Amino acid sequence: MSKLRRSMLFVPGNNPGMIRDAHIYGSDSIMFDLEDSVSVTEKDAARFLVYKALTKLHYGKKELVVRINDLSSDLGIADLEAIVRAQPDVIRLPKTDSARDVIECEREIERIEREVGIPVGKTGMMAAIESANGVLNAKEIAFSSKRLIGIALGAEDYVTDLKTTRSPEGVELMFARSMIVNAAKAAGIMALDTVYSDVNNEEGFMAEATLIRKMGFDGKSVINPRQIAPLHAVFTPSEKDLKKARAIMEAIAEANARGSGVASLNGKMIDKPVVARAQYLLEMAERAKTITVEEV
Amino acid sequence: MIDFDSIPRIKEVSACHGVYDANNCERKNVDRFDDRQKHSVKVLPSIEEAVRRSGLKDGMTVSFHHHFRNGDYIVNMVMDVIAKMGIKNLTVAASSLTDCHWPLIEHIKNGVITHIETSGLRGKLAEAVSHGLMDFPVIFRSHGGRAAAIESGELHIDVAFLGAPSCDPYGNANGYNRDSEEGSCCGSLGYAKLDALYADQCVIITDHLVSFPNTPFGIPESQVEYVVVVDNIGDPKGIMSGATRFTKNPKELLIANYATKAIEASGYFEDNFSMQMGSGGASLAVARFLRERMIEKDIKCRFALGGITGQIVQMHEEGLVKKILDVQSFDLIAANSLKNNRFHQQIDASYYASYANSGAAVSQLDFVILSALEVDTDFNVNVMTGSDGVIRGAVGGHPDAAAGASMTVVVCPLLRGRIPTICSHVNTICTPGRTVDVVVTDQGIAVNPLRPELYERFAAAGLPVTTIEKLHERAEKIAGIPAPIEYTDRIVGVLMYRDNTVLDVIRQVKD
Amino acid sequence: MEIISTGVAGTMESSDIIVRIEPKDTEGIELTLESAVMQQYGKQIKKVIVETLEGLGVTRAYVDAVDKGALDCTVAARTLAAAYRGAQSTDFVWDGGAEK
Repeated sequence: MSKLRRSMLFVPGNNPGMIRDAHIYGSDSIMFDLEDSVSVTEKDAARFLVYKALTKLHYGKKELVVRINDLSSDLGIADLEAIVRAQPDVIRLPKTDSARDVIECEREIERIEREVGIPVGKTGMMAAIESANGVLNAKEIAFSSKRLIGIALGAEDYVTDLKTTRSPEGVELMFARSMIVNAAKAAGIMALDTVYSDVNNEEGFMAEATLIRKMGFDGKSVINPRQIAPLHAVFTPSEKDLKKARAIMEAIAEANARGSGVASLNGKMIDKPVVARAQYLLEMAERAKTITVEEV
Repeated sequence: MIDFDSIPRIKEVSACHGVYDANNCERKNVDRFDDRQKHSVKVLPSIEEAVRRSGLKDGMTVSFHHHFRNGDYIVNMVMDVIAKMGIKNLTVAASSLTDCHWPLIEHIKNGVITHIETSGLRGKLAEAVSHGLMDFPVIFRSHGGRAAAIESGELHIDVAFLGAPSCDPYGNANGYNRDSEEGSCCGSLGYAKLDALYADQCVIITDHLVSFPNTPFGIPESQVEYVVVVDNIGDPKGIMSGATRFTKNPKELLIANYATKAIEASGYFEDNFSMQMGSGGASLAVARFLRERMIEKDIKCRFALGGITGQIVQMHEEGLVKKILDVQSFDLIAANSLKNNRFHQQIDASYYASYANSGAAVSQLDFVILSALEVDTDFNVNVMTGSDGVIRGAVGGHPDAAAGASMTVVVCPLLRGRIPTICSHVNTICTPGRTVDVVVTDQGIAVNPLRPELYERFAAAGLPVTTIEKLHERAEKIAGIPAPIEYTDRIVGVLMYRDNTVLDVIRQVKD
Repeated sequence: MEIISTGVAGTMESSDIIVRIEPKDTEGIELTLESAVMQQYGKQIKKVIVETLEGLGVTRAYVDAVDKGALDCTVAARTLAAAYRGAQSTDFVWDGGAEK
């Protein structure tokens, strides 16, 4: 659980200005989109643009994600042919309804990796679940590939599938979010929440971010750079939590110094997951404290 | 009868005009005041009459102010009249000139105008000058440098033609109209005030002649020789906007966020601090972010200086900014505040920025936020020539505020389009690097090596500090190394530093 | 690759470039460029367009480009898109990430 994915900045794949500046806003990951933000007539142009950006521009240590078109059309395979070669960290598969979708995509990725001579397995994957069926299959999706770094909720298509609309409170997403977060955690991968489209409603955005953090999500996609700072604020641990985390880490250090494998705090033994959680909180706090501009 | 000669030493008394003689006095005016002021001898029927009475001759210097910005009708109106009257070889010493002043090109070609002094040039006139329109290079002075030159008498103004949104028949003039909401409004007349004070002859041109006394006034009657009423002094829409809008541009907000954090960490953000902000998107956003910090930390600002916007006014009305010193109002909210708020004070260019004035407000600044077209690795700033080498800007108060403030923060994007803002040598030095302390970009903050303590404080606060060289490298890594602009040897403009020494020259661009 | 019809790619947005490519009967690439940054980057932009076309084996074409401050990678991407469209080809060749 070392990598933070609090924010994934969504960058339309056919917009050179936004592609150029994607790394300056401090999001944990950048997601270049070849899917819904690109019109059908510009799919080829966007693919060339994202390919060139990935191979020519310098984004420092930022995690780079590309959302491809789904594999039901020729577009998805064409995207993979280009993007796997450009070697982003992660390929995001949209509209994942079942484990089979992931496995099919993985097979294509692996084929291209072998063709090009990229170590097999190097390309990470994440699956976006955007339908009622997909939500019900969340568990099998989450467990379907070692490449998966996380599963995400895509709410716009999902609510359409449910024949409802998004509300400020998000009650229509409660089941999907619960399923996804639970499936992800069971598989030991990350759960990533959907976008909040009303960029001018900072209050609503904060409420949603607070909710999904409480639910156990690791982060959220953002469509406007202005949403990054408030989102990170929500994911910044409280002083109380940090104090406890520090105490845990001190107890561990002390136990190690004693040569003991068993650490305890206030008479209670400290389990491995508790340590991992403490480490995660401390890292989040550290990251929140410092503004890092990528050395490119 | 008084025997004048019998009074001891009376001839040594100055201002003594002989013995009072009741028979030799004019009859007292017994008209109603309201009728009486209609016959003020200062009010002349036309600009032509004012030019004639002012005694303007070939070779003299006329001055104008730039408070009407791109809505100004005065400069063109007056110069057209002067040209028709056949007067030649004039120096135009305007506080600034802009896009709408392109008709001056004809007057320059016809020899009516042979020299220009200004803070800035834009549009067609600027392009023509950059392409070699004038033999005598344009002299660019900062607002403070111009004020000092006028005060010392070195820049002598023969006749000032000053537009005013309201004036009474005796010459009390103002940048707004207290009697109605109609007509033009520019707020402060800060740059015009000094011209009125020092010009041999001062002509106020207004489209709102109001009843005496037009108080409080920006320019007092004692400094005004003539008043001319015209139909329109300018286009209200070009003179100013209703409210300066808050930026939603994420890059500007990012830069503003870094700048705000830098100010917070600098050691200058303490109770009773003083500040100046520009009107650019990032500057305005800094004002808004600082407001939040001030409320949070219960810190008040003693005075805000400079071009004033609605943002600053709001902070004043909330009690966060105690006093406003306004040399130029940037929007209608600021202009209305000048009219209505007692501690929103109109100041002149000398009070604002003259280097010869020890009490100049810029010299009392804790920090200033300024913009830049280019910044080089020596921290020199260009606000005058574009990336193509053509004149398209104004020095304004940039070098004055930079020199005066304890911490000068320049905010700019690392690149504009493909052009690196951070470069190896600026096209034109407007503000010398030794007066620039911090450069805030969207991709890091550079601190002048002259200010290591600021670097330390920013680093300790977790800010992305780096060196100006690294920012420069990064910009060129993204955009590639730009080919240099090609100039001829001919000098078309001279940049005067605020102490009126030559800081840089502008050369004619190659066609 | 042979250009058999007009191919256009790109937009007039800032940081983008529109590349228009048309068939030409005789050998050679005839290129016209209009750019907001002509003085600083005009030569470089032309070089990228020509090299990109050479890489595709395009030897005969009229190219007309209007640049709004695009970076080299954008110039190359738009040239590729315009050329493939002009050649009515979807036989994309990806050179792999080795060049990074």
